[in-house]
Order: sequence, then structure tokens, then C-alpha cells
Amino acid sequence: MDFALSQDQRLMQASLEAALARLSPLERVRAFADGDGAVARDVWAGLTKLGVAGIMIPQEHGGLGLTLLDAALAAEAFGRHVAPTPFMGAAVLAPLALMGAGSREQRAAWLPRLAAGEALAGVAIGEAVSGARDGAGVTARGGRLHGASLFVIDAAEANMFIVADTAGGLNLVAADAPGLTRTALTTIDRSRQLSELRFEATPAEPLADGDAKATLIRLRDATWILFAADMLGASGAMLDKAVAYAQERRQFGRLIGSFQAIKHLCAEMAAELEPCRALVWYAAHAFDASPGEASLMAAHAKAHLSEVSRFVARTATEVHGGVGFTDLLGLHYWFKRVGLDRQMLGGPERVRHLAAVMQGLAPAE
Amino acid sequence: MDLAYGPDHEAFRRELRGFLERHRSDFPGIGAARAKVLAWQKRLIEAGYAARTIPSQYGGHGAAPDILEGRIIAEEFTRARAPGPLAGQGISMLVPTLLEVGSEEQKRRWIAPTLRGEVVWCQGYSEPGAGSDLASLKTRAVEDGEDFVINGQKIWTSTAAQADMIFALVRTEPAAAKHAGISYLIFSMKSAGIEIRPLKTMTGHAEFNEVFFTDVRVPKSQVVGGRGAGWAVANTTLKHERGMLGDPNAAEARLAAIVELMTSESVGGEPVMANPVMRDRLMALQARVLAMKFNALRLISAQLSGESAGLAGLVVKLQGCEINHQLAALAIDALGELGVLYEGGAHLRDHGAWQQRYMFDLGLIIGGGTAQIQKSIIAERGLGMPREPKSAEG
Repeated sequence: MDFALSQDQRLMQASLEAALARLSPLERVRAFADGDGAVARDVWAGLTKLGVAGIMIPQEHGGLGLTLLDAALAAEAFGRHVAPTPFMGAAVLAPLALMGAGSREQRAAWLPRLAAGEALAGVAIGEAVSGARDGAGVTARGGRLHGASLFVIDAAEANMFIVADTAGGLNLVAADAPGLTRTALTTIDRSRQLSELRFEATPAEPLADGDAKATLIRLRDATWILFAADMLGASGAMLDKAVAYAQERRQFGRLIGSFQAIKHLCAEMAAELEPCRALVWYAAHAFDASPGEASLMAAHAKAHLSEVSRFVARTATEVHGGVGFTDLLGLHYWFKRVGLDRQMLGGPERVRHLAAVMQGLAPAE
Repeated sequence: MDLAYGPDHEAFRRELRGFLERHRSDFPGIGAARAKVLAWQKRLIEAGYAARTIPSQYGGHGAAPDILEGRIIAEEFTRARAPGPLAGQGISMLVPTLLEVGSEEQKRRWIAPTLRGEVVWCQGYSEPGAGSDLASLKTRAVEDGEDFVINGQKIWTSTAAQADMIFALVRTEPAAAKHAGISYLIFSMKSAGIEIRPLKTMTGHAEFNEVFFTDVRVPKSQVVGGRGAGWAVANTTLKHERGMLGDPNAAEARLAAIVELMTSESVGGEPVMANPVMRDRLMALQARVLAMKFNALRLISAQLSGESAGLAGLVVKLQGCEINHQLAALAIDALGELGVLYEGGAHLRDHGAWQQRYMFDLGLIIGGGTAQIQKSIIAERGLGMPREPKSAEG
């Protein structure tokens, strides 16, 4: 029994920390938020050198063949540094989709390019997981897609998309396919880019060589876990910043960190957040090694981190006082990062409902 | 990361499972005769499922410490719904303390009968004027020949009436600084000059007592760990107590009971579980229970590899007690009007346990270091924030 990170995993964490401190400092995140798309490309090029692009892609296709737990540790680091990366779609979700339901040809066409950082992938599964808003939804008929998908992950620079349709199928769409329009959505979180995709008889290849429905569930679970890990990292950074600020800011002739009112806010954040680390680890490990409980653990990780992160984000901002509210400090990038993570693929109420359904405690839809 | 137990531990588990199946008729039920309880404990020690790692010369089973075996024992007893090894403050707090700092004579005299359940202990720490600020305690032990003569009062003493012995903190060195003047004494609760008054709490029961000492004579040889060393000795004991509070296995069992309750209870023909608001609360608490369960796995692994668990360990008491309290609150709310019933009557559910727990858990949130003290500990030791300023009196 060993519920701890391996030596390799700790080394990977350390090298990611060092790389991100260089690739994604706050001023570069700001530049990206202000429209400098080169920042994200540069971050991804740097991460690709470390093998991040191929983290979950099998070695035979040029990747590292690691686990979702490894990917979750990377996601945590990206959340910690509010890093603009196309990681989720390109390095985790598209490879999982292709490995789960893609044909030999589809894998050979895309996995090596994804692993080399030469291609990026967007993932449109939101409607299938958390329900459609504003009439969205994609239908597949005769090899063509119709309809729209909102809140598509990592679509901005993608060369291809994985698209779930209303019948539970998965489809692969080339970014230059006719009848496809991609519109950027303006969200609170400028460290990442969500998009809307519209399909008008857009040609698509079905991912039909495996169980697409089971694969969609794997994609959902992985996405939940990665968002949870992103929140763990972003919230951890906010707590650290609050503790550090409380030990440099003086009022009434004392460090504000010596006031119990401030200490206890920090302790409450730590008390809520620290057990989340084990929850995220367990959910990711279950995804890799214990499929029977993976979905429930992924749901709980996503929903619980959403709640804890909201608490940490507002509390850490309060500990900073007025300066926490300013753009200058930049704490709001983390605040907004977890704000977006929380809503994606189901807010906590929706995800907890699904957790109840999984256990037979609520009727299936 | 590998959550499997190795073949040796799986064999240990199979053996234990077989043992519990074979001895089902020996289980002492709730309210069983003392003789049956003690016989079960004796059997458990012999088989190595109680006092497993206590050296055999002191009446234990003498096995090498193995955290995973301890965990398997807890899991299998829960699974078989078997009454576990005796707990109580003697076994869980005094015995580890004597093993760490007791004299050879004290170990030989007290550990074995305590493990067998023949000697029952209570703890004399808190005083009316010394709660969170325990080191300000005032109960005095004055030298008189070969004895100390003790005067003062303790409070929050559970099982004082049943106890044969007490381990207590008393001030033996009045001239010394606050923390340096305290000694850890063990003495008989049958001594002349001890008065026990039950302390009834909001639950309606007297789970605690006040204990008054008037000229109680205790031989000086019954100091544990040396004169004036009581504060350090007590901290070894408190470490063991904090480990007991906020046990995630208890929360998991409680959650399972609430799932059953919400499934079986209905309002107007609809199961409580069909209410999406109640279900959402249940799911939110399930996530918190799971997080603490996995946090406990992390603590075990840290212990196995000799690493400090840091924050992951410091938050257990605060979070565990809070989650248990919220679970009890959910059960009461799931019962609606039935939730107000208490102690007896036709419609009572689970013997009124949920209200009892809801109230008693608040006591646990306060006891063993209040939630506020816990937060200060987390901030200071876990996050490295400034310590509380010391007051003028010490």
C-alpha cells in the first residue's frame, strides 16, 4: 500500500515548476490575456520539450505513455501558474478519444503529431455531459455534423476537434473542414480560450472503432479530474499568496498575519484545501487503476474542488484587503481561473446529481 | 501509487477474517456482562488483534509495529461488525505514555492489567480555570514526607465514576515557570479525599464529571516522567488523543447509515432520497468524507516512509469533527419532525442517536483542543504564521 507520489512524479513536478516559473510568469499571462497569442504557443513549445504534449500518448505513437495521475499533476502546476496551455485537449482528451474509439489510421494520423506538439485538439463534449444551453447540440447524419457546441475546450488554435453528438457518438472534425465556424467566447478567464463551434453539414469522421459511449464517459471523467487538479493548483497558489502577504503587510504596528482573524482565515483555507489533494490523487489513480469507482471519484473531485476553490478564492482575496481587488496585484487571474473551472462540464450541483445517479440514489435521466 | 496490499498483508487479513467468523458467538453485544467483555479482550490480545504491538513482557502481543496491519484490523472489525479491542483513555493514552516515559516498575505494574480491561483509567487535565490554556492549571500537589498531598479540582473527566485510577496533571513546583511547574501523577480513584460529581451536559446525560481533591495522599514514586516534566509528558499523551478524534472510518460508517436512513424514510410516500436538496447535501458530505478518508491514506504512507505529513495531519481533528457534526445535522433534517424525538417513544428512530450525536459532536469540536485552537495550530505550525503573543502572566 503506497498512497504517495513516486520519485519520478516528484521530479516531474519540480521540473514543471521550474519551467513554468520561466514560461508563464504573471506578466506573460497578462500579455496573453491582452491578446498576444504567441505566449501560449511559446509556453506549449517549452512544455513540449519536457514531453508534456505526449504525456498520455502511448510510446509507440511518440508519447511518454504515462497515466492520468501524471496528467493531473501537470494540470495542477498549470493552475498554479495560471498558464495558458492547450494541454487538456491536445495532451489528454484527444489522445484518450483516439485510443478509446479511434481507428488504427486515425491514431496514426494524429497521435504522433499531437505528441510532437505539431497539432492541437479542441474538445466539444459539454452538451453531452452537462446538458445543452441556448439550443446547442450536434447531430450526426451521413458523415456530416449539424448544429452547435458551446464552451469548446482548447479550440482556439486547434487543428482538429473531437465532437460528441446527441446520439452519444464521437466525431473527428478537421479544423479546415467546410461548414465549420469557430467563434471565440469572451469569458472571465483570459488565461484560456473557450470557443463556440457551429456545424453546417460539416464533414466528420466518426470515432467508431471502439465503444464511443464508454469513451465519452472516460473523456468526461478525465476532464472533471483535470479541472479539479487545475483548481487545486490555482487555490493552492492563492493560499500561498495570502499567507505570504499576511507576513509582509503591517497595520496597527503589527504584521496582519499575527491577528487571529487573519490567521484563522488562512487556517480555514488550508483545512479545506489540504484534504482535496488526496481526493484529486485518488480520483486520478482510480481513473488509471480502478475503473469501477473512477466516475464517482471524478465527480466528487470536480464538485468538491469547485466549492473549496470558490471559498479559497474569495477568502484569499479578502486577506489581501483592497490590494487583492486591484488589477495590479493580478490575484484575479487565479480567482477567474477557478471561476471558469467550476462552471465547466457541470457546476457542482449538476455534478453531485450525477454522482447520486451513479450510485443509484437518483433516477437516471 | 499502489493501493494493493502485498501477499503477507492479504494473508493477515484472511486469517483475521477467519478468526472473526469462528468467534462470532464470543462477540460481547451492547450491554454485555463485564466478564464476557474481558474474555473477548483477552482472546483478542492472545490472537494479536488487540495490544498487538505492545511488548509481551508488559502483557501485549509483542508484534513489530506495522501500520498496515493496524489498518486491516480496523477494516475487518468494521466489516464483520465485531466489537473491537477495548479502547478508553487508559489503553489509548496512558499506555503509550508509560511506554514512552514511564519507569520500568510503572510499566510492569500498570500496562498489563490496563490492556486486559481490569484497570480502568480516567484523565485529569482540564480545570474550570484551565481549558484551552491548560498550562495555567492550579491543582496543587505539596510534598509531605514520602507523599504529595493534592488539593484542587478537575473537570471534563469522563468515566471518573467507573475508573480505578487517574492520570492527572498537578502543580508540584509552585516557584517554577508556568509550564515547568507541572507533574504527571497516577493515583487511585479510591483514595481518600476524592469526590466525583457527575456533570450533566446538553445531551441530558452525564458523559463527564467534576472531580474534587481534598488532601489526597499520593506516593511521590507515582510521578511519571519526572517532577516538573508533566507538560512534556502530557503532550505525548495529547498527541495520542488527537489521533483518536476525527477518525474518518467513523464518518464513513455514519454516512452509510444516513444513505440507508434517507432511502428507507419517506414523507408522504416519497423517500427522503427523492428530495434533490437533501440528496445534494448528502453528496456534498460524501465528497468531504472521501477526501478525509484518502487524506488518512496519505498520512499512513507518509508515516511508512518516515516523512512529515505536515498540514495533512494538522487538519484532521478540525475537519473530521466538523464533518461528523454536519452528518448528524443532515440525518436530523432528513427525519423532519421525527428528528426532534429523543430518548424513547413509538416513533423514535435509531434510539435518538442522531440528536445525541449532533449535540455530543459539538462537545468534540470544543474538546481536545477547540476548533479555534486547532486553527491557530494550523496557521502557526502548518503555514508558518506568527505565534500568539505570550501574555504577561506567562
